[in-house]
Formats: sequence, structure tokens, C-alpha cells
Amino acid sequence: MLYVLPLVFVLAGLVLYAVLGGADFGAGFWQLFSAPGERGQMIRDHAHHSMGPVWEANHVWLIFVLTVFWTGYPVAFGSIASTLAVPLFLAALGIIFRGAAYALRAGASSARELRMVDMVFSVSSLLVPFALGTMIGAIAANRVPVGNAAGAMFSSWLNPTAILIGVLAVGNTAYLAAVYLAADAARSGEVDLEREFRARSLGAGLVSGAIAVAGLVVLHADDHVLFHELTRGTPLVILIVSVLAGIVTLGLVYRRRFEAARLSSAVAVAAVIAAWAIARYPVLLPGLTVRQAASPHDTLVTLVVAVLAGGVILFPSLALLFRLALTGRFDPGAAPASGVAAAPAAGVATAPAAGVAPAGDGTPAAAPGPAAAPGPAAAPGPAAGPAQARAPAALRPGPAASPILTRVAVACLIAGIGFLNVANAGWAHALGVLSLFGFMITAFLTIVPAALAGDGSGL
Amino acid sequence: MSPAVALAPVHQQYLLQARQMQALSFAVHIPLVAFGISFPVMVLFVEWMFMRTGDPMYRTLARRWARVMAALFAVGVITGTILSFEMGLLWPNFTATFGSVFGLGFAIEGFSFFMEAIFIGIYLYGWDRLSPRAHLACGIPIVITGFTGSLTVIAVNAWMNHPGGFRLRGGKVIDVHPLTALFANTYLWHELIHMYIAGYIVTGFLVAAAYAFGRLRGNWGRFERTAIAIPLTIAALAAPVEVLVGDWAARDVATTQPLKLAAIEGVGATTRGASEHLLGWYTDGQVKYGIAIPHLLSLLAFHSWNAKVTGLDTVPPSQQPPVNVVRISFQTMVGIGTMLALLGIFYLVVRVRRRRLPESLWFYRAVVLAGPLSVVALIAGWTVTEVGRQPWVVYRVMPTAAAVTGAKGIPVGYATLVITYILVGGAVVWILRRLARAPLDVPPEIPPQAQPAY
Repeated sequence: MLYVLPLVFVLAGLVLYAVLGGADFGAGFWQLFSAPGERGQMIRDHAHHSMGPVWEANHVWLIFVLTVFWTGYPVAFGSIASTLAVPLFLAALGIIFRGAAYALRAGASSARELRMVDMVFSVSSLLVPFALGTMIGAIAANRVPVGNAAGAMFSSWLNPTAILIGVLAVGNTAYLAAVYLAADAARSGEVDLEREFRARSLGAGLVSGAIAVAGLVVLHADDHVLFHELTRGTPLVILIVSVLAGIVTLGLVYRRRFEAARLSSAVAVAAVIAAWAIARYPVLLPGLTVRQAASPHDTLVTLVVAVLAGGVILFPSLALLFRLALTGRFDPGAAPASGVAAAPAAGVATAPAAGVAPAGDGTPAAAPGPAAAPGPAAAPGPAAGPAQARAPAALRPGPAASPILTRVAVACLIAGIGFLNVANAGWAHALGVLSLFGFMITAFLTIVPAALAGDGSGL
Repeated sequence: MSPAVALAPVHQQYLLQARQMQALSFAVHIPLVAFGISFPVMVLFVEWMFMRTGDPMYRTLARRWARVMAALFAVGVITGTILSFEMGLLWPNFTATFGSVFGLGFAIEGFSFFMEAIFIGIYLYGWDRLSPRAHLACGIPIVITGFTGSLTVIAVNAWMNHPGGFRLRGGKVIDVHPLTALFANTYLWHELIHMYIAGYIVTGFLVAAAYAFGRLRGNWGRFERTAIAIPLTIAALAAPVEVLVGDWAARDVATTQPLKLAAIEGVGATTRGASEHLLGWYTDGQVKYGIAIPHLLSLLAFHSWNAKVTGLDTVPPSQQPPVNVVRISFQTMVGIGTMLALLGIFYLVVRVRRRRLPESLWFYRAVVLAGPLSVVALIAGWTVTEVGRQPWVVYRVMPTAAAVTGAKGIPVGYATLVITYILVGGAVVWILRRLARAPLDVPPEIPPQAQPAY
């Protein structure tokens, strides 16, 4: 059964991506469908701030799914990626624009800029789950044959079943995000936002449920085999569990038990994916079973060990991140841990405005600055004399470097050249590289802190 | 040997465009990797200096740099994701055939990337919310993953250049040992160290270039001097060391990939005591209009006056890499690298003997140039590695033409990606300018003073 394990990891990664990344994409959904103006801006800001610390980690689940899949089932990966190149490329574009929007929002200042960035973010947040959803749908509907771009370029993923799954994926992100954001608002005590997102959760949950039911009808007409596979035996039982979990989630949201609602909504998503996988097993692609698609034994063993070992490091770290994020430690204005403030003496020695001040490059930001702030601790630092007002005066010699470190650095450099560039043996090269790193580190420690020590007059 | 292909081979009319699309994605991503490797180290050093001295200037500097680090990491996340998508979008047959051999490298890299993303999130949002020690500690995994990420990805690249850890039978891969393939490969180490140090050179000179530019415009306070001294010292130390590492790399290439060396140096026919040519143009089996230095190539590549250097004519033309692309890229990298090393040595001499920063404005003008030039050298170096491997995707095992997708529409995808990357590039420039122009956020305990903008 070794050959199934990577697939189990892939599906687990898919569930986690759908649940964690899904909430992330859904934040963009709600940004798009929020009213313009201040109230809408509040919603958009909330969606952004809640996701800021976690989006990159959420995104990595997709990378995990891809890399484990292509290592464990390379032929299936090549077949899927080449036939479904168009939706895969669309997802890639969406991911580029979303990530860029995250980076840009940090620099956006005016309302107009924010609106633009949020618009890019929202549209791409809809595009990615839709495109990835259609890919799942295309695989489910057996439209991806084995081979290099052997399937149809468009009709493989633009068919009723695939589109249905794409739409469901978008609905699912909206729903998960609303629950997540409602919980986040409840935690930070923002009653208005909590009410807004609670209503959205209930609405999105009902709509998603309706799409899913309507989807069964579509499935029955478009892909009778899949419909039949899903509606008997174990898959049917699991699907019923999913429906129940969905209903329970709605109840929990209604009663404002958001934390529990997050869990049960994850169960609902996981159950759908599990039902699909079990209904399909042992087929991976038409004419290709999981066993046939799996990599050779050694690769599977190494992969499974690597994933398990990685998980041992990964999950505690993820838990730390989410604990900090979910308990509000990252909120703007969260209580700072004191102890940093004990900055003694050594005032910043940059010259008073008169001397060196930059010939104001026109940004309004540069002008006011801290100059206006009447500091309570107005005592000047010891070294911050007017002597440094002009650059040349500041370029006085600094203290001499530590002689021992200097000698170590020189010795490392000579050894490095000898081992790396004169000798030819592999072990000598290894020693040479280590020596050269030793040189760079000791030389850096010799040069920089000597100059930076004290008031930095050496610079 | 029958060519290895898991999926039936296809004809792709736009192979060259697919390669260019890959090269573009790679060229966009690789400078961000340089930042991922080394910028966390610089930020952490500055934060550590703050903890040691309590000087709030360091705190201000660390926080400003951390914001830049955050923006560049976000962009690096997406450009890196595109590269992983292209494994399937452009080269499905490469992945389908050899995923079981090299895939593990990316799977481990996935975890590395995971840890990086998690701790960068904690680090960036944890200022003032974690204890100073805990905050500094959260930066350390970012530094480690900067190394392990390079290690695993370059292990895959080294495997493509020097494949091992599997056997072929009837075009199918058997007897696969992924750990051997990836990490018992002698070719890995020079590539890894060369790239890792390049990361410090590029980041060091680029950050220094920003402050040197400010220096030319008159922004020159204690803050700016500190902010330039740290990256510049790092780059100045790394640049000469990179020359030494490059020598090692070239000797490894000479023994492992003789044809790549022949393309780098424009050696048409196998020669004993081969000359090294500076500049010039390769045509009809020799370098024309170049400056020849007798015996130097044999001496450099094999440490022997009359060593035999394999020529390109040992294989049919269809198996030779495009010589001038490889050769000009190599000369660009070496030329820029040498100038950067000299600039670094000049800086180090002034710093050590005069115990101050250089005063000459010409020095700062040179640093402003050194930043972008170091990126050019970085991309040129990777061009040597990647184009020099052609026409193979897996050296002497799988031709690039057998790896490419059969999907249509590559030109459309290529054009779309070009436009997208131009937009993203513009966005990055915009955000960096915004961050640079933000007023210095000096903590409230500091005496009120006007702060230069950069």
C-alpha cells in the first residue's frame, strides 16, 4: 500500500489548501463584493489584515501538493499539466497578481491606490479557485487522458461538470472566508464586522449548498458515471457526512460559535474530497491506476519519510503561526512586549535639518517626519554633536580592528586559496570552502563592528 | 541509448519560445532568490546590533529593511510558484519521465519554503509583539531555509547537468535512488556555493547602491553611513571570494561537462595547451577578433601547461550548445565579477587602512553601477549553466525537445507572461520607492530631529 501514501498526502494537502488557502481567496471575494466607501473599506481592510500574516504559509500547501504529486506520480502529473495547461496558466496568472497585490498594499497610501490594489486582488482571488476547481472537475470527469497534451485544450475543463466544480470552489472560498473573518472580528471585539461577516457566512453557506444540490442534477445529466459512483456505498455515506457537517456549520455560525464552525466546515470540505477519491479508487486517470502511476519503490519510501519528517518540523511551526495570528497577537496595536524600549543614550546623530537635509524630493512623507514631535526625552545623546552635521567632519578614523580576528581572517583566506584553488582533491575543496566562509565571517566581524561600535564616528 | 520519454514524444513548433519563457521566468525569479538568501542575514545582524547596543538607529534600520524583505519575499513567492507550474506547463515530459528521480528535491524544498513563509510571517508581524529575543530567534529559520532552499533546488539543477542515481531501460527509468541522484552528486557543491555567495554579492551591492545613490544626492548622515557600510562590507568580502569559487567551478565544469567548457571558451577542435581568448566572436570553429593568451586555458582548467581541452567538434553540430550565447554570457559574468571584486578590494583597503568609508564621489558612482551590474552577472552566470547544457535538458540523457509540452498556445502564454512581468516589475519598483521615501520611523524616545528621507 506504499504506493497510495503519497496520494493520501496529496489529498490531505488539497484539503488543507482548500480550507486554509480557501479562506484566504475568499477574503478577496468579499473585498470585491463590498460596497464602495468607508464601510466597504472597513471590510476590505479587515479581510486584508486577517490574512496578511498567514497567506504565504497557506499558499505553500499548493506547492506541497504539486511537488509530492509529481514526485510520487510523475506520468499522471505530466498528463494533467499538459492537457489542462490553460486553466493551470490562468491559475498561475491569478497567483502572480494576488501576490503582487499583497506586496503592493504595504505601499498604497491613498484611497484610490488601495481600491485599485484591492480590485486586482479580488479578481485574481476569484480566478485562482475557479481555475483550479475546473482542473479537479476535468480529472473527475475523466477528460484527462494519459499523454503529453493528449486531451482537449478547452473542452476538457470547459464542460458542465468542470465548471460546476470551479463555481463550487469559489463558493466554498467565500463561505470559508466569511466564517474565518467573522471569527476574527469576534475575537478582536469588532461587533459591526462580526455581524456583517456572520450574515455573509450564512448567506454563502446556503448558496454553496444550493449550488451543490443543483450540481448533483448537472452531474446526473453531464457525467452519469461519476454521479453513479458518488451516490452508492461508502462515498454516499461520506457525502452525507459532508452535508451534515455543512448543516452543523450553519447552526454553529448562527449561534456565533465560530471556532467550532471553522472545524466543521473543514470536515465538510474534507469529506467531499474523500468521497470523490474513494469513489474513483483505484483509477487515477483513464487507463492508469494509482499503482501503475506510482514512482519506483525507493522514491516512494524516501518521499514518505521526507514528508513525515518534514511534517514533524512543519506542524509545530504552523501551530505557532496560527496561535499567534488567531489569538490576536498580530493585530495592529496589540500590546507590545516591553523591554525593547530601554534604548540608552546614543541618539540618532543625523544632522539637524539645516545642514544635510535632503533636498526634499517632493514626497509629502519626507517633510513632516519626527521633527515636529515634541519628544519628552529631548536630552541629546552624548555623541550626537553638531560635529556630525556635515559629512566630511564625520569621516574620522574609527577604532582599530581586533588584531586576533584580523590574523584569523588572513589565515583563513590563505588556507582557503590553498585548499580550493591550488589543490584538486574533493576533500580539499570542502576545506577550502569552509576556510573561505571563515574568512568572510571573521573579516566582517573585524571590519563592521569596529566601525559601528560606540557612536559610529568611524563611519 | 534510446531517448528517455515516459509520454509519447510530440512535435512542438514553439520549442524556442518555450525555452525563452522558462528563461524569462527564471531571470525574474533569480534576483529575488539572491535577496531570499542573504537579506535576512543582514536584517538579523542589524537587529542583533540593536539588542547589543540599544542604539535605536539599528532598530529603525532593521525595520525598514524588513519591510523591503517582506515585499521582495512576497514577489519571490509568486515568481517561484510560476517556475514550479512551468515544470508541468512547459516540460511535462521531463517531469513525467524523471519526476521520480529529481522530484524529491522539490518536495524537500517545499518544506523549506513552508518554514520560510511561516517564520517570515511571524517575524514581520511580530515586531513589538514578541520579546526581542524571541523575535530575533524567529529570524534564524529564515536564514537556514534560505540555505536549504538553495541546496535542494540547486541539487536538482546539478542533477540535470550531471545526472545519476537511476538507469534507463527502453526509455523507462529504473533502479531509482533519489537521494544518491540529488545529494551524492559531486557537481552540486560548486554550483551551490557559487550561487549562495552570489546571493550576498547581489543583495549587498544592490542595497549599497540605493544608499550610494542617496549619497550622491546629499543624503549622508550616520544612519545612511551605517546602512551602506553593512551591505557594502558583505559584498566587498564576497566578491573576491566569488572569483576563487568561480575558479573551482570552472575546473569542475572542465572535467564533468567538457563540451560546456568548450562552448564557454570557444574551443572548436580539441587542443593541447589551449589558449584563453578574451572578447571576440566564435565562428567557423574558432574565436575571431579576440585577444589570445597562450596556454592559459589549459592552465586554468586543468592546472597543467599542456593539458588537453576537448573541442566542440567531438560531437555533431546538433549536439553542440549555441556557443556565442554561452561564451558572451560567461565573459560578461567574469568581466563584471572581476570589476566587482576590484571595487570590493578597494573598499576593504580603505576601510582597513584608513578606518573610514571612501570619500571619493567616484567610488559611490561605481557602487551605484555595481548594484544592477551584479544582477546582470548573476543572470549571465545562469545563462552559461543552462544554455551551456543545451541541447539537453538532462545532460546527454534527454534532449530538451523531448521534454517540451505538446500543448498549443505557447506564444500566447509567453506574450501574456511578458506583459505580466513588466507589470510586476513596475509594481516592485513602485513599492520600493514608496518604502524608501517613507520617513524614518525613529522611536519616540529619540530627540526630535529632522531625518533625511533615505
